[in-house]
Amino acid sequence: MDTIDKVDGAVLLKKGAEASLFIADWHRRKVVIKMRVPKRYRPKELDEQIRSYRTVHEPQLMHEAKTAGVPTPLIYMVNVPESLIVMEYVEGQQVKQLLNGASKSERHEVCVKIGESIAKLHRHGLIHGDLTTSNMIQTPQGKIVFVDFGLGEKNMELEAQGVDLHLLKRALQSTHYQFWEECLQSVLCGYTSVLGALAAEKVYGKIREIERRGRYVEERKQ
Amino acid sequence: MSKIRKSESGSYCLGIESSADDFGIGIASFNGEILANQSDCYIPTEGGIHPREAARHHAETADKVLRQALNKAGIKPSDLTCIAFSQGPGLGPCLRTGATVARALASYLQIPLVGVNHSVAHIEIGKLKTGAKDPVTLYASGGNTMVTAYESGRYRVFGETLDIALGNCLDVFAREAGLKHKQGVPLGAAVEQLAAGGGRLVSLPYVVKGMDLSLSGLLTAATAQLHGGNCSLEDLCYSLQEHAFSMVSEVTERALAHTEKKEVLLTGGVAANKRLQSMLNVIAEEHAAKFSVVPLQYATDNGAMIAWTGVLAFQHGLTTPIDTSYVRLRWRVDKVDVPWIR
Ligand SMILES: Nc1ncnc2c1ncn2[C@@H]1O[C@H](COP(=O)(O)OP(=O)(O)O)[C@@H](O)[C@H]1O
Ligand SMILES: [Mg+2]
Repeated sequence: MDTIDKVDGAVLLKKGAEASLFIADWHRRKVVIKMRVPKRYRPKELDEQIRSYRTVHEPQLMHEAKTAGVPTPLIYMVNVPESLIVMEYVEGQQVKQLLNGASKSERHEVCVKIGESIAKLHRHGLIHGDLTTSNMIQTPQGKIVFVDFGLGEKNMELEAQGVDLHLLKRALQSTHYQFWEECLQSVLCGYTSVLGALAAEKVYGKIREIERRGRYVEERKQ
Repeated sequence: MSKIRKSESGSYCLGIESSADDFGIGIASFNGEILANQSDCYIPTEGGIHPREAARHHAETADKVLRQALNKAGIKPSDLTCIAFSQGPGLGPCLRTGATVARALASYLQIPLVGVNHSVAHIEIGKLKTGAKDPVTLYASGGNTMVTAYESGRYRVFGETLDIALGNCLDVFAREAGLKHKQGVPLGAAVEQLAAGGGRLVSLPYVVKGMDLSLSGLLTAATAQLHGGNCSLEDLCYSLQEHAFSMVSEVTERALAHTEKKEVLLTGGVAANKRLQSMLNVIAEEHAAKFSVVPLQYATDNGAMIAWTGVLAFQHGLTTPIDTSYVRLRWRVDKVDVPWIR
C-alpha cells in the first residue's frame, strides 16, 4: 500500500475480490486508483503473472472500447510492477443499484443501452469478460460507462461473444433474480438493433449451445 | 422444525445415490443423525465411466448395499418413513437404476418417495456435518464445479465451469499419465500425491471469465506437456493443481466478496484435496470468514447426503409422486426451491 500513501488523501472506494479501488486527487483531477493486490493463496509466480497481465490489458481494452463507441474511463497512468491503474473517476450510479430502484420502463431503457454497447464491443472484436451490472456506471447525463476490463480479450469469435452474453445472463440471474428475464430481453433488444437480426441470432444460437454443454455430467469427457 | 423433531424422533429416511460411478445408500434420522452410509464404486477396467456399465454395476450391487445399510443402521425396512433418491443431475442410465430401486422400495413399503437434487444434497450434507449455516459453497466433483450461495428461496449459482468439471479435469489427466483408479483411492488423490513431490511451476492456461472458469484448455495443455514436454510428472501434477485450484479459488473469492457472506464451505469429491483446502482457507481468512470442509466420507457421492436432504424436503411437505419421478439429467441447483432455509 506504499504507493497509495504517496497520493494525497486516497480514500478507499471499494475492496473487491481482485482489486482495491481508491478515490484520490491526482494533479487536481479526481481519479480512481485501481490496485490489484497480491493473492497469498496462489504461487507468487502465477500471482505476479496474472496481476501484471490484467494491469496491462485492462487499459488497452478500455482504450479500444472507446474507439468502438463504448464509454470507458480515461486512463491517466499505468504502473505494471505495482499493478496500478490511475483512471478518471466516473460520477454516477452503479447500474446494479440503479436497476433495483428503477421502474420497469427505466430498466428497459438502461438495459437496451447496455445491449447496444455490448454489440458495439463485439462488432469491434472486443470481449468484456466480466459483464455484470456492478461493472457499469450510469452518469448523470444518462451514458452507461463500462469498467473492469481485466478479464477481457480481443477476440472476433462467435464462441467468445456467446460466452460474454451468457455471463451477463448469469449475472442478471444471480443478482437481479426478481426481473432478470425482462432485463435480458431488453439487453438482447439493444444488441439486435446494433448488429442486425441475422448476426445477433447467430450469437444467440451460440448461447444456447454453451448452455447445453459442459458442466453437465451427461456430457463429461471420458 | 423442532416441533416435528420431537414427535418423529424415531423417523428415518433412506437415501439412494446413483448419479455417476458410485452406488450409495444412506440412512438418516429426522434429527440429523447419519445411521448408515454404504457404497460401492464402479471401477472401469479401462478409460472413463461407461454409463451403461456403471448402471449395470449399480443394479447388481443395489441389494447388497441396501442390506449393508439396513444392518449398519440396525433398523427394519418397516421403520422407514420415506425413501429419497438422487433425481439429477447425472448420467441417465445410472440415475434411472437408483430411481427404479427407490420406486420399488417406496411402493412396496407404501411410503412417500422424495426426489432430491444431487447438488443440493452435497451442500446440505456439508452444512450438516460442519455446522455451516449460510456459506458460499464451492462444490467440486467429477461432474460438477460450481460456487453457490443461498439467496431468496434458492441456492444461486455465482460461478461455475463453462466446460469440464474440476474432478474430471484431474481424472482425465491422471488417466493420460497412466495412473490407475483403485477402490478407495480416487484418481484425484493420486495426482495430489504426485503433486506434493513437484515444485516447479510449468506455465499453463489460466482462464477465468467473469465468475465462471474454463478448464478444458488447461487439461489439453497439460496433457500435451505430458506427452511431448520435458517436465517431470510431479511438476506437471503440481502445475495442473496450482492453476486449476487458483482458478476455482479466484471465482470463490469473487462470490464471497459479492455476497459478503461470512462462511466458506468446500464440498464434493475434490474437497478431499489438501491443497485446495488450504487455498480456500487463506481466502476465507482474508475475508474474515469461517472455512469448513465436508468430512471425507461425505465428500464423494454418497447415500447419506440424499437421505438427509430427503429428510429436509419431507419435513417441508415435499414428496415426489411416482408418476412424476422421472430423472432429470440436467437439473440445475438454482431451479430447486429449498423451503427449509430461511
Ligand atoms: N473509474 C471509475 N469511476 C468511478 N467508479 C468506479 C470506477 N472504476 C470502478 N468503479 C467502481 O468500483 C467498483 C469496482 O471496480 P472494478 O474495476 O469493477 O474492480 P473489481 O475487480 O474489484 O470488480 C465498480 O463496480 C465501480 O462501481
Ligand atoms: Mg468489477
